[in-house]
Amino acid sequence: MSTYDIKRGVSLYSYQEEYFLRQKSLEDLIKVSAEMGAKGIELISEQTFPGYPNPLDPSVYDNWHALMAKYGTTPVCHDFMLDYKKYKDRPMPFEEQVASCKVDIDHAARLGCPYTRALVSIDPNVLVACADYAESRNVRILIEVHAPLHFDHPWIIRHAEAFEKSGSDYLGFLPDMGMFLFAFPPVWKEKFIRDGVPQHIADYICKAYEDRVLSEYVILEVEKMGGVGPAIGMATTLRHNAAFEPKRMLDHMDRIWNIHAKFYEMTEDLVEPSIPYDEIIRVLKQGGYKGYICSEYEGNRWIQDAFPVDSIEQVRRQQEMFKKLIGEPQAAVSAA
Amino acid sequence: MFDKYMICEEGFGNVVEDGQVVGFTFLARLPYYRGIGLSMVEDIGVVIDGEPVSRQDVRFTVRGRTWTLDEMETEYTERWNFGEKAAVTVRRPNGLAPGRHRLQLSERVRVSYLPFVPTTRDAKELDIPA
Repeated sequence: MSTYDIKRGVSLYSYQEEYFLRQKSLEDLIKVSAEMGAKGIELISEQTFPGYPNPLDPSVYDNWHALMAKYGTTPVCHDFMLDYKKYKDRPMPFEEQVASCKVDIDHAARLGCPYTRALVSIDPNVLVACADYAESRNVRILIEVHAPLHFDHPWIIRHAEAFEKSGSDYLGFLPDMGMFLFAFPPVWKEKFIRDGVPQHIADYICKAYEDRVLSEYVILEVEKMGGVGPAIGMATTLRHNAAFEPKRMLDHMDRIWNIHAKFYEMTEDLVEPSIPYDEIIRVLKQGGYKGYICSEYEGNRWIQDAFPVDSIEQVRRQQEMFKKLIGEPQAAVSAA
Repeated sequence: MFDKYMICEEGFGNVVEDGQVVGFTFLARLPYYRGIGLSMVEDIGVVIDGEPVSRQDVRFTVRGRTWTLDEMETEYTERWNFGEKAAVTVRRPNGLAPGRHRLQLSERVRVSYLPFVPTTRDAKELDIPA
């Protein structure tokens, strides 16, 4: 019998539209998150803090901690980028990549984040080389398992093997729930139609997605239907997305310490039409997950050409869904 | 993402140096969910009234510092921050005539984790005051 403790959080990435347009301040975003009961805060520092990863003024950290205290929120995760393509004419040397990660580990520690997110394309040897340093700062490095990659992909298996071999408890996984995309998102379809994809081709692609047809066959079929430009673009999204199974997380629960609750749209009746959150939460309970599940709204880019974006309302709806699915107020019960 | 926010509505005008109109300028943002180091901005393409501008004639300015596009490629410290409005200036004797102009902008950014180098575009009709 395993117990679980699924806590609600939010990645400030969710509010990128309002933050980009300077409509909301950092304090506004922390405040609304706390009001929703999303008490765990994740951030992409290169979005939140101008200048980062260049050194920040100490007042930035003071302000951050003051906001956490004021609103009763908890720092969860600093998502780092590692721009290993910084140099156009040469790859970034291994040691420089390690040094760059250590800057992020230090920054996560100063923010009070127990976790820092590494992008999925980073060489596992770089992360292993950082493990002792991460332990010294008590920050765990989590590789983000993100579509089109998934837990059975050889690249992720290579990471898992490298983590086990290292013997470190400071290397783990941060799965992005977008990899469990069970239906083609309606907001994607509508955007592609606005961009000129004929209705019958858009309908075909959505049906083919639901039928789990291999992406290469779908692209070929769309070409045969006369699809060009955005129609090929729509079909090509099937190369980068798939309906992998939430239960594949179960083999890795001992190293899954944070979760991105990716979503593209929350309807008024609190449903994400393309990602199976009822099944996801069931699996997390079964696996005894103890940690945050952080809202990650990524719908703005699919609607902003034609509609106003209200990221806060979208996150609020997802948080309401989580309250029901997690079954608050009890924090931990025996799994079935 | 943020395509339609790349060209700002405000800030379009001619540039005057020593009493001479030497070009035109506008404010631009990065179509990305974070800031990025300038060395990863591979190109800022400008087309004005259907006429492509030479890469050599483009200047990029943030927080009081200016670079050519070639200089940006080896600028490893300074960044174009998230949502930050940068001034893009085009060297062009006599600038633009008063009235409405069609401005097209493309930005190509090298993003480490992407298996391609994305180019994002925006276009707006803006006025040079009489």
